[in-house]
Amino acid sequence: MIVASNLSKRYPGGYEAVQDVSFEISAGQMVFITGHSGAGKTTLVKLIASIERPTAGSLVVNGQNLSALRRSAIPYVRRHLGMVFQDQKLLFDRSALDNVLLPLQIVGMPRRESIRRAQAALDKVGLLAREKARPIALSGGEQQRLAIARAVVNRPTVLLADEPTGNLDADSATDILEIFADFHRVGVTVVVATHDQNWIERYHPNVLRLDHGRLL
Amino acid sequence: MKAWFAQHQAALASAFHRLWSTPLNTLLSLLVIGIALTLPGAGYVLLDNLRDLGRNASGVQQISLFMNLDASKKDVGDIESRLRSAGAGKWKFVPKEEALKRMQKSEGMAEIVASLPRNPLPDAFIIEPANTEPEALEVMRKEIAGWPKVAHVQLDSAWVKRFDAFLKLGKLALWMLGGIFAAGLVAVTFNTIRLQVLAQAAEIEVARMIGATDGFIRRPFYYFGALQGGLGGLLAAALVAGAVGLLGGPVGDLATLYGGSFALNGPSLLDALVLASAGAVLGWLGAQLSVSLSLRKFD
Repeated sequence: MIVASNLSKRYPGGYEAVQDVSFEISAGQMVFITGHSGAGKTTLVKLIASIERPTAGSLVVNGQNLSALRRSAIPYVRRHLGMVFQDQKLLFDRSALDNVLLPLQIVGMPRRESIRRAQAALDKVGLLAREKARPIALSGGEQQRLAIARAVVNRPTVLLADEPTGNLDADSATDILEIFADFHRVGVTVVVATHDQNWIERYHPNVLRLDHGRLL
Repeated sequence: MKAWFAQHQAALASAFHRLWSTPLNTLLSLLVIGIALTLPGAGYVLLDNLRDLGRNASGVQQISLFMNLDASKKDVGDIESRLRSAGAGKWKFVPKEEALKRMQKSEGMAEIVASLPRNPLPDAFIIEPANTEPEALEVMRKEIAGWPKVAHVQLDSAWVKRFDAFLKLGKLALWMLGGIFAAGLVAVTFNTIRLQVLAQAAEIEVARMIGATDGFIRRPFYYFGALQGGLGGLLAAALVAGAVGLLGGPVGDLATLYGGSFALNGPSLLDALVLASAGAVLGWLGAQLSVSLSLRKFD
Protein backbone atom coordinates (compact mmCIF):
# COMPACT_ATOMS: atom_id res chain seq x y z
CA MET A 1 0.00 0.00 0.00
CA ILE A 2 2.77 2.45 1.02
CA VAL A 3 6.36 1.56 0.13
CA ALA A 4 9.29 3.88 0.86
CA SER A 5 12.82 3.06 -0.29
CA ASN A 6 15.80 5.20 0.66
CA LEU A 7 13.43 8.12 1.00
CA SER A 8 14.97 11.52 1.82
CA LYS A 9 13.64 15.05 2.06
CA ARG A 10 16.02 17.99 2.19
CA TYR A 11 14.42 21.41 2.56
CA PRO A 12 15.84 24.44 0.76
CA GLY A 13 18.61 25.67 3.05
CA GLY A 14 20.00 22.20 3.58
CA TYR A 15 17.96 20.89 6.52
CA GLU A 16 17.41 17.17 6.00
CA ALA A 17 14.10 16.31 7.71
CA VAL A 18 13.92 12.70 6.50
CA GLN A 19 17.08 10.73 5.72
CA ASP A 20 17.32 7.46 3.82
CA VAL A 21 14.13 5.93 5.22
CA SER A 22 12.77 2.58 3.94
CA PHE A 23 9.59 0.84 5.11
CA GLU A 24 6.52 -0.94 3.83
CA ILE A 25 2.95 -0.55 5.07
CA SER A 26 0.55 -3.16 3.70
CA ALA A 27 -3.16 -2.71 3.10
CA GLY A 28 -5.32 -2.79 6.24
CA GLN A 29 -2.44 -2.19 8.65
CA MET A 30 -2.56 0.35 11.46
CA VAL A 31 0.82 2.07 11.75
CA PHE A 32 2.03 4.76 14.14
CA ILE A 33 4.88 7.08 13.29
CA THR A 34 6.49 8.24 16.53
CA GLY A 35 9.51 10.18 17.69
CA HIS A 36 10.43 13.36 19.54
CA SER A 37 9.33 16.63 18.06
CA GLY A 38 11.46 17.56 15.07
CA ALA A 39 12.20 13.92 14.31
CA GLY A 40 10.54 14.17 10.88
CA LYS A 41 7.05 12.79 11.59
CA THR A 42 5.20 15.67 9.98
CA THR A 43 7.52 15.69 6.98
CA LEU A 44 6.94 11.97 6.45
CA VAL A 45 3.16 12.49 6.59
CA LYS A 46 3.45 15.40 4.13
CA LEU A 47 5.50 13.21 1.78
CA ILE A 48 2.84 10.47 1.85
CA ALA A 49 0.12 13.07 1.18
CA SER A 50 2.27 14.55 -1.66
CA ILE A 51 2.20 17.93 0.01
CA GLU A 52 6.00 17.76 -0.10
CA ARG A 53 8.13 16.05 -2.76
CA PRO A 54 10.96 13.63 -1.99
CA THR A 55 14.43 14.90 -2.84
CA ALA A 56 15.85 11.37 -3.07
CA GLY A 57 14.61 7.78 -3.03
CA SER A 58 11.12 6.66 -3.98
CA LEU A 59 7.73 6.61 -2.33
CA VAL A 60 4.91 4.51 -3.79
CA VAL A 61 1.36 5.02 -2.48
CA ASN A 62 -1.55 3.04 -3.95
CA GLY A 63 0.74 1.93 -6.76
CA GLN A 64 1.64 5.53 -7.70
CA ASN A 65 5.28 6.61 -7.51
CA LEU A 66 4.93 10.02 -5.90
CA SER A 67 8.43 11.21 -6.80
CA ALA A 68 7.66 10.89 -10.50
CA LEU A 69 4.17 12.38 -10.31
CA ARG A 70 3.07 15.20 -12.61
CA ARG A 71 1.74 18.23 -10.77
CA SER A 72 -1.67 17.82 -12.42
CA ALA A 73 -1.98 14.23 -11.14
CA ILE A 74 -1.54 15.14 -7.46
CA PRO A 75 -5.23 15.98 -6.77
CA TYR A 76 -6.30 12.53 -7.91
CA VAL A 77 -3.78 10.85 -5.60
CA ARG A 78 -5.00 12.90 -2.65
CA ARG A 79 -8.59 11.84 -3.25
CA HIS A 80 -7.68 8.30 -2.22
CA LEU A 81 -6.21 9.58 1.04
CA GLY A 82 -8.15 10.80 4.05
CA MET A 83 -6.13 13.56 5.69
CA VAL A 84 -6.53 14.70 9.31
CA PHE A 85 -4.37 17.63 10.40
CA GLN A 86 -3.36 18.69 13.88
CA ASP A 87 -4.97 22.10 13.28
CA GLN A 88 -8.00 20.47 11.58
CA LYS A 89 -8.14 23.05 8.77
CA LEU A 90 -11.91 23.33 9.04
CA LEU A 91 -13.76 26.12 7.25
CA PHE A 92 -15.42 28.37 9.80
CA ASP A 93 -17.73 30.16 7.36
CA ARG A 94 -20.00 27.13 6.88
CA SER A 95 -21.82 24.43 8.80
CA ALA A 96 -20.38 21.08 9.90
CA LEU A 97 -22.34 19.37 7.14
CA ASP A 98 -20.98 21.74 4.49
CA ASN A 99 -17.44 21.07 5.71
CA VAL A 100 -17.94 17.36 5.19
CA LEU A 101 -19.60 17.98 1.78
CA LEU A 102 -16.51 19.72 0.37
CA PRO A 103 -14.57 16.57 -0.69
CA LEU A 104 -17.71 15.26 -2.45
CA GLN A 105 -18.24 18.56 -4.27
CA ILE A 106 -14.64 18.33 -5.43
CA VAL A 107 -15.28 14.96 -7.10
CA GLY A 108 -18.59 16.28 -8.50
CA MET A 109 -20.99 13.95 -6.69
CA PRO A 110 -24.68 14.84 -7.15
CA ARG A 111 -26.04 16.91 -4.27
CA ARG A 112 -28.61 14.48 -2.86
CA GLU A 113 -26.24 11.53 -2.76
CA SER A 114 -23.46 13.62 -1.23
CA ILE A 115 -25.71 14.86 1.58
CA ARG A 116 -26.62 11.26 2.41
CA ARG A 117 -22.94 10.27 2.43
CA ALA A 118 -21.91 13.30 4.51
CA GLN A 119 -24.61 12.59 7.10
CA ALA A 120 -23.46 8.97 7.32
CA ALA A 121 -19.90 10.17 7.94
CA LEU A 122 -21.07 12.62 10.62
CA ASP A 123 -23.06 9.82 12.24
CA LYS A 124 -19.97 7.61 12.34
CA VAL A 125 -18.08 10.20 14.42
CA GLY A 126 -21.14 10.97 16.59
CA LEU A 127 -21.81 14.46 15.23
CA LEU A 128 -25.01 13.96 13.24
CA ALA A 129 -27.01 15.97 15.77
CA ARG A 130 -24.64 18.92 15.24
CA GLU A 131 -24.66 18.95 11.43
CA LYS A 132 -25.97 22.52 11.27
CA ALA A 133 -23.51 23.88 13.84
CA ARG A 134 -20.60 26.08 12.76
CA PRO A 135 -17.19 24.62 13.70
CA ILE A 136 -16.59 27.54 16.07
CA ALA A 137 -19.47 26.25 18.22
CA LEU A 138 -17.87 22.80 18.55
CA SER A 139 -15.41 21.71 21.27
CA GLY A 140 -11.82 20.80 20.38
CA GLY A 141 -12.62 17.08 20.37
CA GLU A 142 -15.74 17.63 18.26
CA GLN A 143 -13.77 19.72 15.77
CA GLN A 144 -11.24 16.92 15.42
CA ARG A 145 -14.07 14.40 14.91
CA LEU A 146 -15.53 16.69 12.26
CA ALA A 147 -12.14 16.73 10.53
CA ILE A 148 -12.16 12.91 10.59
CA ALA A 149 -15.67 12.83 9.09
CA ARG A 150 -14.41 15.05 6.26
CA ALA A 151 -11.38 12.78 5.78
CA VAL A 152 -13.41 9.56 5.49
CA VAL A 153 -16.48 10.78 3.59
CA ASN A 154 -14.80 9.87 0.28
CA ARG A 155 -14.18 6.31 1.59
CA PRO A 156 -10.40 6.56 1.20
CA THR A 157 -8.19 3.48 1.24
CA VAL A 158 -5.68 5.23 3.51
CA LEU A 159 -6.46 7.39 6.53
CA LEU A 160 -3.53 9.64 7.33
CA ALA A 161 -3.33 11.77 10.49
CA ASP A 162 -0.72 14.16 11.82
CA GLU A 163 -0.84 14.56 15.62
CA PRO A 164 -4.64 14.30 15.66
CA THR A 165 -4.78 14.48 19.48
CA GLY A 166 -2.08 17.10 19.93
CA ASN A 167 -4.41 19.75 21.33
CA LEU A 168 -6.92 17.51 23.11
CA ASP A 169 -7.50 16.38 26.68
CA ALA A 170 -7.09 12.68 27.51
CA ASP A 171 -10.78 11.72 27.20
CA SER A 172 -11.24 13.40 23.82
CA ALA A 173 -7.98 11.86 22.64
CA THR A 174 -9.26 8.40 23.58
CA ASP A 175 -12.49 9.06 21.60
CA ILE A 176 -10.47 10.00 18.53
CA LEU A 177 -8.27 6.94 18.90
CA GLU A 178 -11.35 4.69 19.14
CA ILE A 179 -12.62 6.12 15.87
CA PHE A 180 -9.32 5.39 14.13
CA ALA A 181 -9.37 1.86 15.55
CA ASP A 182 -12.91 1.39 14.16
CA PHE A 183 -11.77 2.34 10.66
CA HIS A 184 -8.82 -0.01 11.00
CA ARG A 185 -11.22 -2.83 11.91
CA VAL A 186 -13.24 -2.36 8.70
CA GLY A 187 -10.09 -2.63 6.59
CA VAL A 188 -8.88 0.95 6.11
CA THR A 189 -5.12 1.45 6.22
CA VAL A 190 -4.50 3.87 9.11
CA VAL A 191 -1.27 5.86 9.46
CA VAL A 192 -0.99 8.17 12.47
CA ALA A 193 1.92 10.39 13.42
CA THR A 194 1.94 10.95 17.19
CA HIS A 195 4.24 11.35 20.14
CA ASP A 196 1.54 10.03 22.52
CA GLN A 197 2.94 6.88 24.17
CA ASN A 198 -0.43 5.88 25.70
CA TRP A 199 -1.73 4.97 22.28
CA ILE A 200 1.05 2.58 21.62
CA GLU A 201 0.74 0.83 24.96
CA ARG A 202 -2.98 0.39 24.51
CA TYR A 203 -3.21 -0.75 20.90
CA HIS A 204 0.20 -2.28 20.12
CA PRO A 205 0.18 -1.10 16.51
CA ASN A 206 3.08 -1.38 14.11
CA VAL A 207 5.41 1.49 14.94
CA LEU A 208 7.82 3.47 12.79
CA ARG A 209 10.12 5.28 15.24
CA LEU A 210 11.98 8.28 13.84
CA ASP A 211 14.99 10.01 15.35
CA HIS A 212 16.54 13.04 13.65
CA GLY A 213 15.01 12.01 10.35
CA ARG A 214 16.27 8.42 10.49
CA LEU A 215 14.29 5.27 11.16
CA LEU A 216 15.35 3.45 14.34
CA MET B 1 -19.88 13.83 -17.84
CA LYS B 2 -22.53 14.08 -15.14
CA ALA B 3 -19.89 15.04 -12.58
CA TRP B 4 -18.44 17.62 -14.97
CA PHE B 5 -21.86 19.17 -15.45
CA ALA B 6 -22.56 19.15 -11.72
CA GLN B 7 -19.25 20.88 -11.04
CA HIS B 8 -19.92 23.63 -13.59
CA GLN B 9 -23.38 24.10 -12.20
CA ALA B 10 -21.96 24.38 -8.69
CA ALA B 11 -19.31 26.87 -9.84
CA LEU B 12 -21.94 29.02 -11.55
CA ALA B 13 -24.19 28.86 -8.49
CA SER B 14 -21.29 29.84 -6.26
CA ALA B 15 -20.47 32.80 -8.55
CA PHE B 16 -24.10 33.97 -8.39
CA HIS B 17 -24.03 33.55 -4.64
CA ARG B 18 -20.91 35.69 -4.32
CA LEU B 19 -22.45 38.43 -6.45
CA TRP B 20 -25.64 38.30 -4.45
CA SER B 21 -24.13 38.13 -0.96
CA THR B 22 -22.20 41.42 -1.31
CA PRO B 23 -24.79 43.67 -2.98
CA LEU B 24 -22.98 46.96 -2.45
CA ASN B 25 -19.68 45.72 -3.90
CA THR B 26 -21.53 44.12 -6.78
CA LEU B 27 -23.48 47.31 -7.51
CA LEU B 28 -20.33 49.44 -7.49
CA SER B 29 -18.40 47.03 -9.73
CA LEU B 30 -21.33 46.82 -12.13
CA LEU B 31 -21.56 50.61 -12.27
CA VAL B 32 -17.85 50.95 -13.04
CA ILE B 33 -18.05 48.30 -15.76
CA GLY B 34 -21.36 49.61 -17.09
CA ILE B 35 -20.11 53.17 -17.40
CA ALA B 36 -16.85 52.02 -18.94
CA LEU B 37 -18.81 50.16 -21.63
CA THR B 38 -21.39 52.96 -22.07
CA LEU B 39 -18.97 55.36 -23.78
CA PRO B 40 -17.92 53.05 -26.62
CA GLY B 41 -21.49 51.73 -26.79
CA ALA B 42 -22.90 55.25 -27.17
CA GLY B 43 -20.24 56.07 -29.78
CA TYR B 44 -21.23 53.01 -31.76
CA VAL B 45 -24.92 53.94 -31.70
CA LEU B 46 -24.06 57.49 -32.79
CA LEU B 47 -21.98 56.29 -35.76
CA ASP B 48 -24.67 53.81 -36.68
CA ASN B 49 -27.25 56.60 -36.81
CA LEU B 50 -24.92 58.84 -38.84
CA ARG B 51 -24.37 56.05 -41.35
CA ASP B 52 -28.13 55.64 -41.69
CA LEU B 53 -28.44 59.38 -42.24
CA GLY B 54 -25.84 59.24 -45.03
CA ARG B 55 -27.54 56.28 -46.67
CA ASN B 56 -30.94 57.97 -46.67
CA ALA B 57 -29.73 61.28 -48.12
CA SER B 58 -30.98 61.15 -51.73
CA GLY B 59 -28.93 61.84 -54.85
CA VAL B 60 -25.68 60.83 -53.29
CA GLN B 61 -25.39 57.61 -55.19
CA GLN B 62 -26.42 58.93 -58.59
CA ILE B 63 -24.23 59.97 -61.48
CA SER B 64 -25.65 62.48 -63.96
CA LEU B 65 -24.28 62.29 -67.50
CA PHE B 66 -24.94 65.25 -69.81
CA MET B 67 -24.37 64.88 -73.56
CA ASN B 68 -23.10 67.56 -75.91
CA LEU B 69 -25.90 69.70 -77.38
CA ASP B 70 -25.04 68.48 -80.88
CA ALA B 71 -25.16 64.79 -79.92
CA SER B 72 -27.24 62.70 -82.31
CA LYS B 73 -29.52 59.69 -81.64
CA LYS B 74 -26.64 57.50 -82.78
CA ASP B 75 -24.30 59.02 -80.21
CA VAL B 76 -26.90 58.39 -77.50
CA GLY B 77 -27.21 54.75 -78.58
CA ASP B 78 -23.43 54.46 -78.49
CA ILE B 79 -23.29 55.73 -74.88
CA GLU B 80 -26.09 53.36 -73.92
CA SER B 81 -24.23 50.34 -75.26
CA ARG B 82 -21.05 51.50 -73.49
CA LEU B 83 -22.99 51.72 -70.20
CA ARG B 84 -24.30 48.26 -70.78
CA SER B 85 -20.90 46.73 -71.49
CA ALA B 86 -19.39 48.54 -68.47
CA GLY B 87 -22.05 46.96 -66.23
CA ALA B 88 -22.77 50.37 -64.79
CA GLY B 89 -25.95 49.37 -62.96
CA LYS B 90 -29.37 50.90 -63.68
CA TRP B 91 -29.80 54.03 -65.76
CA LYS B 92 -32.52 56.18 -67.16
CA PHE B 93 -32.26 58.14 -70.39
CA VAL B 94 -33.78 61.64 -70.21
CA PRO B 95 -34.17 63.10 -73.76
CA LYS B 96 -33.79 66.86 -74.05
CA GLU B 97 -37.48 67.25 -75.07
CA GLU B 98 -38.62 65.55 -71.88
CA ALA B 99 -36.24 67.62 -69.78
CA LEU B 100 -37.76 70.75 -71.30
CA LYS B 101 -41.30 69.55 -70.59
CA ARG B 102 -40.38 68.89 -66.98
CA MET B 103 -38.91 72.34 -66.70
CA GLN B 104 -42.11 73.90 -68.09
CA LYS B 105 -44.09 72.21 -65.36
CA SER B 106 -42.00 73.83 -62.66
CA GLU B 107 -43.63 76.84 -61.15
CA GLY B 108 -42.78 80.14 -62.89
CA MET B 109 -40.64 78.47 -65.52
CA ALA B 110 -43.24 78.00 -68.25
CA GLU B 111 -42.99 81.61 -69.54
CA ILE B 112 -39.26 81.60 -69.48
CA VAL B 113 -39.12 78.34 -71.40
CA ALA B 114 -41.64 79.63 -73.95
CA SER B 115 -39.52 82.69 -74.60
CA LEU B 116 -36.46 80.63 -75.45
CA PRO B 117 -35.62 80.46 -79.16
CA ARG B 118 -34.57 76.82 -78.91
CA ASN B 119 -34.18 74.02 -76.36
CA PRO B 120 -31.01 74.79 -74.32
CA LEU B 121 -31.06 71.45 -72.52
CA PRO B 122 -28.89 68.46 -73.42
CA ASP B 123 -29.81 64.77 -73.51
CA ALA B 124 -28.93 63.18 -70.19
CA PHE B 125 -28.53 59.85 -68.44
CA ILE B 126 -29.21 59.39 -64.74
CA ILE B 127 -27.19 56.42 -63.58
CA GLU B 128 -27.68 54.48 -60.36
CA PRO B 129 -24.40 52.62 -60.08
CA ALA B 130 -24.37 49.01 -58.89
CA ASN B 131 -21.24 49.67 -56.82
CA THR B 132 -21.70 52.66 -54.52
CA GLU B 133 -18.28 52.64 -52.86
CA PRO B 134 -16.89 56.20 -53.07
CA GLU B 135 -13.71 54.95 -54.79
CA ALA B 136 -15.68 53.00 -57.39
CA LEU B 137 -17.95 55.98 -58.07
CA GLU B 138 -14.91 58.17 -58.73
CA VAL B 139 -13.41 55.61 -61.12
CA MET B 140 -16.67 55.39 -63.01
CA ARG B 141 -17.02 59.17 -63.24
CA LYS B 142 -13.54 59.45 -64.78
CA GLU B 143 -14.24 56.68 -67.28
CA ILE B 144 -17.55 58.12 -68.43
CA ALA B 145 -16.08 61.62 -68.75
CA GLY B 146 -13.69 60.25 -71.38
CA TRP B 147 -16.43 58.87 -73.67
CA PRO B 148 -17.21 60.74 -76.95
CA LYS B 149 -19.86 63.48 -77.01
CA VAL B 150 -20.10 63.57 -73.21
CA ALA B 151 -20.14 67.19 -72.07
CA HIS B 152 -20.20 66.78 -68.29
CA VAL B 153 -20.43 64.07 -65.63
CA GLN B 154 -21.63 65.12 -62.25
CA LEU B 155 -21.14 63.24 -59.00
CA ASP B 156 -21.46 64.77 -55.61
CA SER B 157 -18.37 62.85 -54.67
CA ALA B 158 -16.68 65.44 -52.48
CA TRP B 159 -19.53 65.22 -49.97
CA VAL B 160 -19.60 61.44 -50.10
CA LYS B 161 -15.84 61.31 -49.62
CA ARG B 162 -15.84 63.69 -46.69
CA PHE B 163 -18.66 61.86 -44.99
CA ASP B 164 -16.95 58.54 -45.54
CA ALA B 165 -13.66 59.85 -44.15
CA PHE B 166 -15.50 61.21 -41.15
CA LEU B 167 -17.12 57.85 -40.49
CA LYS B 168 -13.76 56.11 -40.84
CA LEU B 169 -12.17 58.51 -38.37
CA GLY B 170 -15.08 58.04 -35.98
CA LYS B 171 -14.75 54.28 -36.24
CA LEU B 172 -11.03 54.42 -35.48
CA ALA B 173 -11.58 56.73 -32.51
CA LEU B 174 -14.29 54.36 -31.31
CA TRP B 175 -11.94 51.37 -31.51
CA MET B 176 -9.30 53.26 -29.54
CA LEU B 177 -11.82 54.32 -26.93
CA GLY B 178 -13.16 50.76 -26.79
CA GLY B 179 -9.66 49.39 -26.31
CA ILE B 180 -8.92 51.74 -23.43
CA PHE B 181 -12.16 50.96 -21.65
CA ALA B 182 -11.76 47.23 -22.28
CA ALA B 183 -8.40 47.42 -20.51
CA GLY B 184 -10.16 49.26 -17.69
CA LEU B 185 -12.76 46.54 -17.42
CA VAL B 186 -10.09 43.84 -17.29
CA ALA B 187 -8.32 45.80 -14.54
CA VAL B 188 -11.50 46.20 -12.48
CA THR B 189 -12.25 42.47 -12.73
CA PHE B 190 -8.63 41.65 -11.95
CA ASN B 191 -8.82 43.58 -8.70
CA THR B 192 -12.22 42.24 -7.62
CA ILE B 193 -11.09 38.67 -8.17
CA ARG B 194 -7.76 39.24 -6.43
CA LEU B 195 -9.60 40.42 -3.31
CA GLN B 196 -11.88 37.38 -3.48
CA VAL B 197 -8.97 34.99 -3.74
CA LEU B 198 -7.40 36.62 -0.67
CA ALA B 199 -10.69 36.39 1.22
CA GLN B 200 -11.01 32.70 0.38
CA ALA B 201 -7.43 31.69 1.02
CA ALA B 202 -8.50 29.20 3.71
CA GLU B 203 -11.04 27.49 1.49
CA ILE B 204 -8.59 27.30 -1.40
CA GLU B 205 -5.87 25.81 0.79
CA VAL B 206 -8.18 23.16 2.28
CA ALA B 207 -9.68 22.27 -1.10
CA ARG B 208 -6.16 21.78 -2.50
CA MET B 209 -5.23 19.50 0.40
CA ILE B 210 -8.20 17.23 -0.13
CA GLY B 211 -7.82 16.75 -3.85
CA ALA B 212 -9.30 19.73 -5.68
CA THR B 213 -7.92 20.24 -9.18
CA ASP B 214 -6.85 23.68 -10.40
CA GLY B 215 -9.98 23.76 -12.51
CA PHE B 216 -12.23 23.22 -9.50
CA ILE B 217 -10.62 26.11 -7.66
CA ARG B 218 -10.50 28.50 -10.63
CA ARG B 219 -13.91 27.85 -12.15
CA PRO B 220 -16.07 29.88 -9.72
CA PHE B 221 -13.81 32.91 -10.22
CA TYR B 222 -14.04 32.63 -14.01
CA TYR B 223 -17.79 32.44 -13.83
CA PHE B 224 -17.82 35.38 -11.44
CA GLY B 225 -15.72 37.52 -13.80
CA ALA B 226 -17.83 36.61 -16.81
CA LEU B 227 -21.11 37.20 -14.98
CA GLN B 228 -19.98 40.54 -13.62
CA GLY B 229 -18.75 41.65 -17.05
CA GLY B 230 -21.88 40.41 -18.81
CA LEU B 231 -24.21 42.16 -16.37
CA GLY B 232 -22.08 45.31 -16.70
CA GLY B 233 -22.53 45.08 -20.48
CA LEU B 234 -26.30 44.81 -20.11
CA LEU B 235 -26.25 47.81 -17.79
CA ALA B 236 -24.29 49.76 -20.43
CA ALA B 237 -26.86 48.85 -23.10
CA ALA B 238 -29.63 50.02 -20.78
CA LEU B 239 -27.83 53.32 -20.14
CA VAL B 240 -27.34 53.95 -23.88
CA ALA B 241 -30.98 53.02 -24.60
CA GLY B 242 -32.07 55.43 -21.84
CA ALA B 243 -29.96 58.24 -23.25
CA VAL B 244 -31.29 57.66 -26.77
CA GLY B 245 -34.83 57.63 -25.37
CA LEU B 246 -34.26 61.01 -23.75
CA LEU B 247 -32.57 62.51 -26.83
CA GLY B 248 -34.98 60.99 -29.38
CA GLY B 249 -37.71 63.64 -29.03
CA PRO B 250 -35.50 66.76 -29.29
CA VAL B 251 -33.54 65.26 -32.21
CA GLY B 252 -36.81 64.57 -34.07
CA ASP B 253 -37.95 68.16 -33.44
CA LEU B 254 -34.64 69.48 -34.73
CA ALA B 255 -34.90 67.36 -37.87
CA THR B 256 -38.44 68.66 -38.50
CA LEU B 257 -37.19 72.25 -38.26
CA TYR B 258 -34.70 71.44 -41.03
CA GLY B 259 -37.57 70.02 -43.09
CA GLY B 260 -36.51 66.40 -42.75
CA SER B 261 -37.59 63.46 -40.73
CA PHE B 262 -35.01 61.59 -38.73
CA ALA B 263 -35.51 59.22 -35.84
CA LEU B 264 -32.64 58.33 -33.51
CA ASN B 265 -32.24 54.54 -33.27
CA GLY B 266 -31.29 53.06 -29.92
CA PRO B 267 -29.20 49.91 -29.46
CA SER B 268 -30.93 46.84 -30.86
CA LEU B 269 -31.30 43.57 -28.97
CA LEU B 270 -28.31 42.31 -30.94
CA ASP B 271 -26.25 45.36 -29.88
CA ALA B 272 -27.15 44.69 -26.24
CA LEU B 273 -26.10 41.07 -26.66
CA VAL B 274 -22.82 42.12 -28.25
CA LEU B 275 -22.12 44.51 -25.34
CA ALA B 276 -22.99 41.82 -22.79
CA SER B 277 -20.80 39.22 -24.52
CA ALA B 278 -17.92 41.68 -24.82
CA GLY B 279 -18.27 42.39 -21.10
CA ALA B 280 -18.39 38.67 -20.31
CA VAL B 281 -15.31 37.86 -22.41
CA LEU B 282 -13.32 40.73 -20.89
CA GLY B 283 -14.46 39.78 -17.39
CA TRP B 284 -13.39 36.19 -18.01
CA LEU B 285 -10.01 37.45 -19.23
CA GLY B 286 -9.55 39.63 -16.14
CA ALA B 287 -10.48 36.70 -13.89
CA GLN B 288 -8.07 34.42 -15.73
CA LEU B 289 -5.15 36.82 -15.29
CA SER B 290 -6.01 37.52 -11.69
CA VAL B 291 -6.48 33.90 -10.63
CA SER B 292 -3.30 32.78 -12.38
CA LEU B 293 -1.27 35.41 -10.52
CA SER B 294 -3.06 35.16 -7.16
CA LEU B 295 -2.98 31.36 -6.94
CA ARG B 296 0.79 31.16 -7.44
CA LYS B 297 1.43 31.63 -3.75
CA PHE B 298 -0.64 28.54 -2.92
CA ASP B 299 1.77 26.24 -4.76
